[in-house]
Amino acid sequence: MNYSGERILLSSQRESRASRFRFWVMLVIPIAALLFQIYVPLFFPFLSFLDLPLLVVIYLALMRRNPVSGLLMGAAVGLAQDSLSKNPLGMYGIVNTLVGYFAASIGMKLDVDNLTMRLLLVYFFYILHQCLYWIMERALLRHLPPFDWQHWLVLGVLNALVGAALFHFLDKLRITA
Amino acid sequence: MESFLNRYRNITVLLLTILAQLVLLSLQVKNDQDVRFIRLWTVTAVSPLAKLVDALRGGSIGFVRDYIRLHDADAENRRLQQEVDRQKLEIVFLKNQLDTADRAKALQLFQARIPSKTLPSSVIMTGLGTNSMVFVDQGSSSGVMRGMGVLTPDGILGKVTAAYLASSQVLLVTDPEFAAGVVSGKNHARGTLKGYDGHLCKVDYVAFEDKVEPGDWFYTSGDDRMFPSGFPVGIVRSVQPGQPFKEIMLEPSGLARGLEDVLIVLDAVHQEIPDTPPGSQPVYVAPPPPTTGDAEVAIPAAQGAAPGTEADRLKAAYKAAGDAQGHTFGEDAPHSKPPDFTRLPAAGTGPAAKPPPPATKDTAPEQKRPGGGQ
Repeated sequence: MNYSGERILLSSQRESRASRFRFWVMLVIPIAALLFQIYVPLFFPFLSFLDLPLLVVIYLALMRRNPVSGLLMGAAVGLAQDSLSKNPLGMYGIVNTLVGYFAASIGMKLDVDNLTMRLLLVYFFYILHQCLYWIMERALLRHLPPFDWQHWLVLGVLNALVGAALFHFLDKLRITA
Repeated sequence: MESFLNRYRNITVLLLTILAQLVLLSLQVKNDQDVRFIRLWTVTAVSPLAKLVDALRGGSIGFVRDYIRLHDADAENRRLQQEVDRQKLEIVFLKNQLDTADRAKALQLFQARIPSKTLPSSVIMTGLGTNSMVFVDQGSSSGVMRGMGVLTPDGILGKVTAAYLASSQVLLVTDPEFAAGVVSGKNHARGTLKGYDGHLCKVDYVAFEDKVEPGDWFYTSGDDRMFPSGFPVGIVRSVQPGQPFKEIMLEPSGLARGLEDVLIVLDAVHQEIPDTPPGSQPVYVAPPPPTTGDAEVAIPAAQGAAPGTEADRLKAAYKAAGDAQGHTFGEDAPHSKPPDFTRLPAAGTGPAAKPPPPATKDTAPEQKRPGGGQ
């Protein structure tokens, strides 16, 4: 039986054991994602569709399988994004907190090493992130952003593809038993 | 508590984190009216509580205050009720005073208008066991004598049946023992007024030939030496043919406004019998509409017809038939041929036809109560 290709649900506590990362990895990877997010689009604007901080939050939350850790990671990365943008502090923070919490919660139930599952999860959480942000913009900032769901679906696919590749790279940084 | 926190640790941390970031956000963001969300949310959250506290405070204070006031409410209610009762009595008293003043004024005017010498008096009580006898407050000391008439501006009321020192007993017109001479204003039919049933009177001894119709007015004739002639007595309500006299029911007008102030006739001065009901005013009567054809011819032919009762008209018709056939009633020899009464004159040209009245200014009969227009 091909483990990564056919099983997507975990059946035992042993199989749901959380992945562990070194501390510097937990620190550097989000910072690197933030730096990429603010610098790379300056030189390659077509890469602005990527949301690397979000992908990092999803990855760490899924792999650590700890909701508290996931939501704290999401809050930290989100607040950092807010600090580096013109948004009021808390917009990305709240959205990424929710994404980190839900990702960690789902990560305890699903086999997040499965490639297909990773693609679907990244796609789902990207769409969820966009929807939550749209709602918060309307509710808290009284802005009227367009509900561009077709654009979100396409960007979701691209981010899912990039995320799957990124997750494969980040898997190398896990502490193996 | 500890187990609760352990069980819901994740969701608790999530809510706290979200809440902290919301607070952070609300410190920065302002709404359309340039009010920070933290202030807006705080006021929105606190206002209902403040309202609730204020309502509780106001309610409790109001309850205590109302409770304290209730101590005096009962006494105040009784005092106000007494005040209302007193005001009602005062209103009734004032109304009575006003009515009395109006009646006194009307009586004074009536007294000044009539030529007879009268004495104003007030009804002070009614007779026991009967509603057709009253007592008035003037007696023999004021010149009142038994047999004097008593009347009001509306009509005659009765007669004095006993005069005491300071009061007099008056028998009302509705008593069966009462009698007075009356005459109709329209056709001057004479009769005797008698009481009937306490509410109506009847007029006796009106001959069958006399023409009296419902709505006609009767007046005192003066024949009884008690009432001067010309005072209204009442209005005819029904007329039944009878032999040898009509049966006429009459509603007395003197009792129309109750029994309070009256006039006792001390010295009677007769007046003319009016042709019109009391209180009526002359009205203009328009000429009749123009007629055409035979009617124009018939009108002059009927001009000379003798008006009168049905018997008069019948007598004239037979006389005309006899004249037409050369028969003289009461002069032809016995066993002579009588006139043929089957050939009476036609109805349209006979003596029964009455001409229409010419256009005049006249007094139209109005069925009004005496004094109704005063």
